[in-house]
Amino acid sequence: MNDATAVETKQIYDKGIEEGAARLTPEKIKQVYQQMMSAEAGARLKTYVQNCVSCGLCSEACHFYLSYDRDPRFSPAGKVRQTMAELMKKKGAVSVEFMKKTSEIASTECNLCKRCAQYCPFGLDVAFVMLFVRRLCHKLGISPQYIQDTAHSHSVTGNQMWVKEDEWVDSLQWQEEEAQEEIENLRIPVEKEGAEIFYSVIGPEPKFRAQLIYQAAVIFNAAGLNWTMPATPGWDNSDMAMYTGDNEIMARIKRMHFETAMRLKVKRVVMGECGHAFRSIYDVGNRALGWRMPPVEVSHSIEFFYELLRDDKIKIAEKYKPTVTIHDPCNVVRGRGLHDMLRYVVHAICENVVEMHPNREHNYCCSAGGGVINCGPPWKMKRVNGNKVKAQQLFAAKSRGAETCVAPCHNCHGGLEDIIHHNEIGMDLKFLGDIIYEVMEKPERV
Amino acid sequence: MDRSQDWNWNSGKRIIAEFGKWEEAFDWVEEPYVSPDGDKIAAVVKTGEMEFSVCVNGSAWENTFDKVWYVRFAPDGRLTAIVSDTGAWTLAIDGNAWEETFDYIWDTRFTPDGQTIVCNAQQGMQYLLVKNGAPWGEATFANIGHTAVSPDGSRLAAVVQTEDFNEGDIFKFQEGCYTVAINGHAWERNFVNAWETSFSANNQHVATEVRLSLYDYTIAVDGKIWSATYPSVWKPVFNPRDTTVTAPVKSAGAWILACDGRPLWTNKYAQLWHHMYSPDGDKIAAIAAPKFGRWTMAVDDQPWSVTFGDFVSEAVFSPDGQRLACIGVDHKKHRIVVDGKPWSGDYDLAWQPVFSPDGQHVAARVEKDGLFSVVVDDQPLKESYRRCWDPVFSPDNQHLLVRALEGQGADTVYTRTVLPLSEILG
Amino acid sequence: MHAIYNFVSGPLAWVAFILFFGGILYQLISRAMLARKKDHYVYEYWSFFYALRSIAHWIFPFASTNSRNRPVLTIVTFVFHICIFVAPLFLFAHVSLIYEAFGISWWFMPDGVADILTLLVIGACIFFLVRRLVQPDVKYLSTPTDFILLGLVAAPFVTGYWAYHQWPGNEFMTILHMFSAEVLLVAIPFTKLNHMFLFFFTRGYMGSEFGGVRFARDW
Repeated sequence: MNDATAVETKQIYDKGIEEGAARLTPEKIKQVYQQMMSAEAGARLKTYVQNCVSCGLCSEACHFYLSYDRDPRFSPAGKVRQTMAELMKKKGAVSVEFMKKTSEIASTECNLCKRCAQYCPFGLDVAFVMLFVRRLCHKLGISPQYIQDTAHSHSVTGNQMWVKEDEWVDSLQWQEEEAQEEIENLRIPVEKEGAEIFYSVIGPEPKFRAQLIYQAAVIFNAAGLNWTMPATPGWDNSDMAMYTGDNEIMARIKRMHFETAMRLKVKRVVMGECGHAFRSIYDVGNRALGWRMPPVEVSHSIEFFYELLRDDKIKIAEKYKPTVTIHDPCNVVRGRGLHDMLRYVVHAICENVVEMHPNREHNYCCSAGGGVINCGPPWKMKRVNGNKVKAQQLFAAKSRGAETCVAPCHNCHGGLEDIIHHNEIGMDLKFLGDIIYEVMEKPERV
Repeated sequence: MDRSQDWNWNSGKRIIAEFGKWEEAFDWVEEPYVSPDGDKIAAVVKTGEMEFSVCVNGSAWENTFDKVWYVRFAPDGRLTAIVSDTGAWTLAIDGNAWEETFDYIWDTRFTPDGQTIVCNAQQGMQYLLVKNGAPWGEATFANIGHTAVSPDGSRLAAVVQTEDFNEGDIFKFQEGCYTVAINGHAWERNFVNAWETSFSANNQHVATEVRLSLYDYTIAVDGKIWSATYPSVWKPVFNPRDTTVTAPVKSAGAWILACDGRPLWTNKYAQLWHHMYSPDGDKIAAIAAPKFGRWTMAVDDQPWSVTFGDFVSEAVFSPDGQRLACIGVDHKKHRIVVDGKPWSGDYDLAWQPVFSPDGQHVAARVEKDGLFSVVVDDQPLKESYRRCWDPVFSPDNQHLLVRALEGQGADTVYTRTVLPLSEILG
Repeated sequence: MHAIYNFVSGPLAWVAFILFFGGILYQLISRAMLARKKDHYVYEYWSFFYALRSIAHWIFPFASTNSRNRPVLTIVTFVFHICIFVAPLFLFAHVSLIYEAFGISWWFMPDGVADILTLLVIGACIFFLVRRLVQPDVKYLSTPTDFILLGLVAAPFVTGYWAYHQWPGNEFMTILHMFSAEVLLVAIPFTKLNHMFLFFFTRGYMGSEFGGVRFARDW
């Protein structure tokens, strides 16, 4: 047993799971399980769990499996086998200990990246099953503490970081002022009804990465676009409720987001470089409210930057010199097929690009997505060690000259940062916006 | 209160301001706002280095500020803006700031008569509401949101945080740390969450959507909850005729309308929200999805036959409650729909339809290919504008007020035009 | 022995075929109804174009990434699946049985070829068995059901081969051949062997989501 497996198998204390489980009884588990099965389990769940022929063809799709020395418990089908299949076999008559482990597997060992659905001959959807299990854990009150706290934040503030309404507008105005030091009369238009674009970001931007809002403002300004940001909750399109299985809060915050777009009378929502938020507004959250597709057009930054560069809306003064490699974020690549546009953008702004393989829609997840990084510090090393294959990819790219990794997704950033640091890879990590801001032609301050 | 009988309803166009010239006078001009009567146009302007003001009809307020935002006309025509000076924030009305300042204020709201102006405020990391410049009382809270103002402005409600907890303390949160405060007085009972809040027509009662645990939602009226709980609920509304409360609630996987904790409507919807009473309280209309992905209006539980794929919004009853209009959007094309019949014109954007006082005519602001216009009874005006605002019918139903920006660049002018309906409809 | 033969080749065969076709119908209809009630997304997002596109990439060898990653398994799997259909359907003995009973017939292959196909099926089953016993992830995933089902699939081929070659006890083997085939037929709709027909729906739905919503390949 090597180090990585040792980290994984050691008992990890999570207050949310432990204290939640302390209030559970086997009777309660059975009752909630049966309620949920009768109310929400359908043909998909039944087929995905019972029709797995145990062929193991999904195993190598999973970075956890590959990184943990091909430990079969980490194969996608293995995770179903240990959780939902067992629950169904026993009709919910399982122990509290079993549910603790089940919560851990569903929340911290699966990034819901859906890569396995591309490797399963039958297209069985393990992410769907894991989400169902997470919802069961939500209903039992044994979701991991940090992500549960984030879901609470969503329910109160509409954003994922407990950012209060005044703090939000204040940080926009602060970034506007900062940016005016560099570019005269630069404006971050707040609550501008009828603007073409509603620029939407996620909680960490005003809280920790305010420079991203600054950079976006510079880019919007240089491109001469008619854009706005709301002063109300609804500005944040991130969604950890989607990942805890609290579908009701998910629906509530998505409604807030879309109705903000409708109220502002924008033509579309352009969002920052975030993957899971895109999944929430493009695929999952809208459906929960009864919208087949998003009611207002939504574009991820990749698509937006692609348009700006293709249409010469922004000009590149001098391409980014260090060699870069590209990390494909699952939710916008496997989730929306933006890999070609991503490459168009990266090649347009960078001199030298080397690819990691597998890439494009067959990429490896960063191991932070699907809410796993949001389960917080207790689970950090488990996920970092659970992605040695990504570390190997990064090393390989580095050996071919890559000094910078471009990752147009917040959670990917968090995950890759930890991987780079832990494995001492020594690589810069950048958003597209970071590089565009750096290399674009900017109006000079008079 | 409708003041439109006092406005100038003589037919004809007047140029109110040479808005395009403002750019020459100031090196920063934001998007303009216009007064309800159309006599004023205002925008945030920069008057000097880090010095801002509001320009009204060509001349800026004498007072300047470090920052000015959220310019809004009150229904009575007064012009408000949120302003700050050396880090102290307050509201300026027609150029004069409230005496009291705060660490931050935002979300200006007005009563229909415009006499009461309410803002959310933060002072020393504590939160409160401010009415006409004065705090709503002694009480402050750890957080505030979902503000509601009673129709007469006498009572203010907001969702407040009454218990402190540390980030990450999920179990304390689940015990309930939020409730509703009215004029600063919090209800006794705490909830896990409380969201949108409504006042009764007589200003006396307050209803809000609450979450009792992570799983049980219901409606609380004056702090007391309905006997039934649901997997989800939306905003409750009082019947204007009495104090019964209705709210969309989720039940057995579908949405229905409930009244005082009991099912009111029998049809099940994939979605049901923004329900509203006709002014006389006779009818209830709601935005509804009779099936997944298709949107329409349901009136007294009867969905219109026409449905839209993108969304339905901006529903409004005619003053007599007999008619209902909304916006329906399919494949990004906006249409005005009146009584279940979509108009022939489709647009890139459409704003909330406006009924004439007698309910006979409907008009709406629309945008297509970057040009704005007004459509009346499915008949677009001959002119299109760089920008325009919602049209207003005269009290006698004979005229329409159109407020618009015309011309290009420096020649842009703000015009106020009164058109006889007979001319528009030919 | 003769009575058992008659029973197995007569009434039991009828029962098996009725349960086989009836079972497939039941599974399809009950799942379609359950999906209508609780998985309406399957209907909402189903696209025949993208479903067929995905199915096509998985039904041809080496058209999917994963099948290229594991060439040996891919070849064995495809040979196996082709043979389990072709061998029984175009076997002279089966065709002539059908002709005698119903007066209809179709092309059949030379017995020598059928022999090879049968051996290929048996060989593939042994391959799968070894894989289940040796490859750690597959071993971990395999349940008793998986072994039983593998045995069920292999049985008609082993017994058929035995009977055809007139090895000792071939009379008994013939009965066992028919019986095991009947058990297999009945098992198909009611066990995970129902992937025989559910494949088209699970793959098709995933293909629809990937093609119509995600704009990404699911192969």
